[in-house]
Amino acid sequence: MGVFRVLFKPFGQTTGLARWLLISGLLLTAMFVTFALFAPWIAPYGFAEEVPKKVAPPGDGFLMGTNDLWYDVWSRVVWGSRTAIEVVILAVILGLLVGVPMGLVSGYVGGWLDRILVLIMDALFAFPPLLLAIVFAFLFRDLIGGGVMAVALALAVIYVPQYFRVVRNTTLSAREATYVEAARAIGAPGHTIMGRYLFSNVIQSVPVIGTLNAADAIGTLAALGFIGLGIQPTDAAEWGFDLQRALDDTEAGLWWTGVFPGLAIVLLVTGLTLVGEGLNETINPTLRKRRLRRFALPPRRPAVEEEAAR
Amino acid sequence: MPTKPEIQGTAHAPKHRAPDEVLVSMQDVEVYFQLRGGSMARLLGMDTGSVRAVDGISLDLRKGEVLGLVGESGSGKTTLGRALLGLVAATGGEIRYAGQDITKLSTRHLRRLRGDLQMVFQDPSAALNPSMTIETAVGHPLKIHGLASGEELHRRVADALERVGLSPPERFMFKYPGDLSGGQKQRAVLARAVILDPVLLVADEPVSMLDMSVRAKILQLMLDLKRDLDLTYVYITHDLASAKFFCDRVAIMYLGRVVEVGRTEEIFADPKHPYTRSLLKAIPEPDPEKALPRDLPRGEIPDAASPPLGCAFHPRCPEAFDMCGWERRDLRALIEAHWTRHEALDFETERGTIANLDDLDEPSHEAVVAAGRSSSPVDVEDLLHRIREEDADEPLWRGVEDMTLTDGGVRVRFHDGADPRLRPAGGVEVACHLYPEVEPAAGEGPAS
Ligand SMILES: Nc1ncnc2c1ncn2[C@@H]1O[C@H](COP(=O)(O)OP(=O)(O)O)[C@@H](O)[C@H]1O
Ligand code: SF4
Ligand SMILES: [Mg+2]
Repeated sequence: MGVFRVLFKPFGQTTGLARWLLISGLLLTAMFVTFALFAPWIAPYGFAEEVPKKVAPPGDGFLMGTNDLWYDVWSRVVWGSRTAIEVVILAVILGLLVGVPMGLVSGYVGGWLDRILVLIMDALFAFPPLLLAIVFAFLFRDLIGGGVMAVALALAVIYVPQYFRVVRNTTLSAREATYVEAARAIGAPGHTIMGRYLFSNVIQSVPVIGTLNAADAIGTLAALGFIGLGIQPTDAAEWGFDLQRALDDTEAGLWWTGVFPGLAIVLLVTGLTLVGEGLNETINPTLRKRRLRRFALPPRRPAVEEEAAR
Repeated sequence: MPTKPEIQGTAHAPKHRAPDEVLVSMQDVEVYFQLRGGSMARLLGMDTGSVRAVDGISLDLRKGEVLGLVGESGSGKTTLGRALLGLVAATGGEIRYAGQDITKLSTRHLRRLRGDLQMVFQDPSAALNPSMTIETAVGHPLKIHGLASGEELHRRVADALERVGLSPPERFMFKYPGDLSGGQKQRAVLARAVILDPVLLVADEPVSMLDMSVRAKILQLMLDLKRDLDLTYVYITHDLASAKFFCDRVAIMYLGRVVEVGRTEEIFADPKHPYTRSLLKAIPEPDPEKALPRDLPRGEIPDAASPPLGCAFHPRCPEAFDMCGWERRDLRALIEAHWTRHEALDFETERGTIANLDDLDEPSHEAVVAAGRSSSPVDVEDLLHRIREEDADEPLWRGVEDMTLTDGGVRVRFHDGADPRLRPAGGVEVACHLYPEVEPAAGEGPAS
């Protein structure tokens, strides 16, 4: 399929520094994905399972200690990966599903529809993302409760304008391409032109935005949890919530309840950012240097020979 | 949409026709592109002007012929070709094909006509979707119109590829455009164009972006396709040499108009229009890429947003005379040309003689050359006389009716020009005042 060819091409094209960024990012991310997939086997306890000891230091049967809710910190970190990955995947997919088609239609159809959509998206884009996430988290909590889906929806709202903008602007220039006119000339209707001719050519930068948004989503999810608007602790383990609980512990000299969830957040954000930057380096032509190779011109033949060759 | 009910659903016109039967008939076709002014101008609803890409063209296209549209870049060839297929909306006139007016059809009805009217583009690399395999791209017309699928589709794509010389087809089907050479891509574009079994093919400079070595092969392929598939061609080019080889008839275009049209042999043997003559003088150049601009007469192609008055070619025409449409912009150009020929010192003094040349920018048959602050109208008159003596043969002076002194300067009045309409001359039709306009006798069609 042409679409996958386009989407995965950059992964194979990276070289040098970009490749190392990409590989280390992918390794970090893969670790958390493994946690997420195999949480029941990796974590010794359930995410809301009380253990015999309260606030025990690391070691002595509890790898990362336990906290004041009688939870095992290591288990919370592992289960937290599952929550984080779930939310991120959902948020990015929802953002994509709404933002990409909207940008495509807006850019191709133009006119009033385009103006109105651009206005709305620019307005959304102008808000501080966290503020927007808080507002929509409130909203969706009321509507569908404080689960994974509500948070993912709130995050998706932040990301829709980004996909919209990039896809719309690329569509705007791509629709002037000769192959689009050629598609009209063979009688392709609008939806075919958008779906078969424009789509695969305007989504090149989507993987970059997707991974960078994923990194951002981890942070925002934690922030929502930290201020108590995230996922209920009984629904799933969530690093931001644990971090907030650990706030009081630091004064009492209990470092492990805060450090480990915090470290998890930092590592996963770093991993995803590295993947995004690695891809960006490859796709974005202004940063790209890998095509610059030394090129030797063949020696010019004498003019006489040139004449004879005609 | 005023489409006649009885022709709906009959996109495919009958293919057997009497010889010389008119396939497409264009009447006063106009395509004006609205210029985009600033957002302020648009908000206030101001008229921001328009580019007259095609400015009143009437031509008949006959079944089975190759009609060449020849002219410099910017003369409106591509736009006329696109209008013929309904890819750009004509802003005036009509284009009749198979009993309907293409300019008035809705998008949905136009889509049905796509099977009959097809296009080949100038740049084959841009004409194919970079993320679609050749098989999908070439077969897509069939799929869109629901004419074939599955095994049948595969077979017909293979046939089409075979027909355009991409064989064995299996070698090309699964490739992407990026994997093919320019010539191969143009073959694929041709395959896609003929797969619906069209009647008319508009080929927009189909070989101008290809290597010299493959140009002749692609043109030969097009002739073979024409013979085998009973096609009619509109062949767009800026290269007279290939038009001579390829076309039955040529229409020479200048600034959105047809200035001369007739059978290829007649036009090449005895060009009538001064523009055609100047184009033909350039032809012996062995490299046709370079041939056109070299020997063209003075001046540049004027701006299609505000074309010259009278005959649009008059500012460049060596044979222009009084009724060709002289105007004040020509006077300005003449004065400026005079200055570029002179020493800086002369320029400084003479520049002071005239107040402001920018006043001469609007088209009009009357010009007032205002005297500068330190000079009198008589100085201006002297200057104009000096310019005239420099080159008494300059055609502009033939257009001057009188020059009178006024309070602030010199008023130059030009003859009211006329826009030359196409008229029969010899075996061809030509739009030039050098040839008398005869009223066509009743019942007689246009010549050529
Ligand atoms: N889509 C468009 N919008 C505005 N102006 C256009 C457009 N297409 C063509 N033009 C203008 O119309 C004129 C004729 O262009 P074109 O038909 O491409 O000429 P040619 O094919 O003979 O080079 C040019 O002045 C060009 O700038
Ligand atoms: S009408 Fe004929 S002679 Fe006059 S300017 Fe035009 S081409 Fe030249
Ligand atoms: Mg062109």
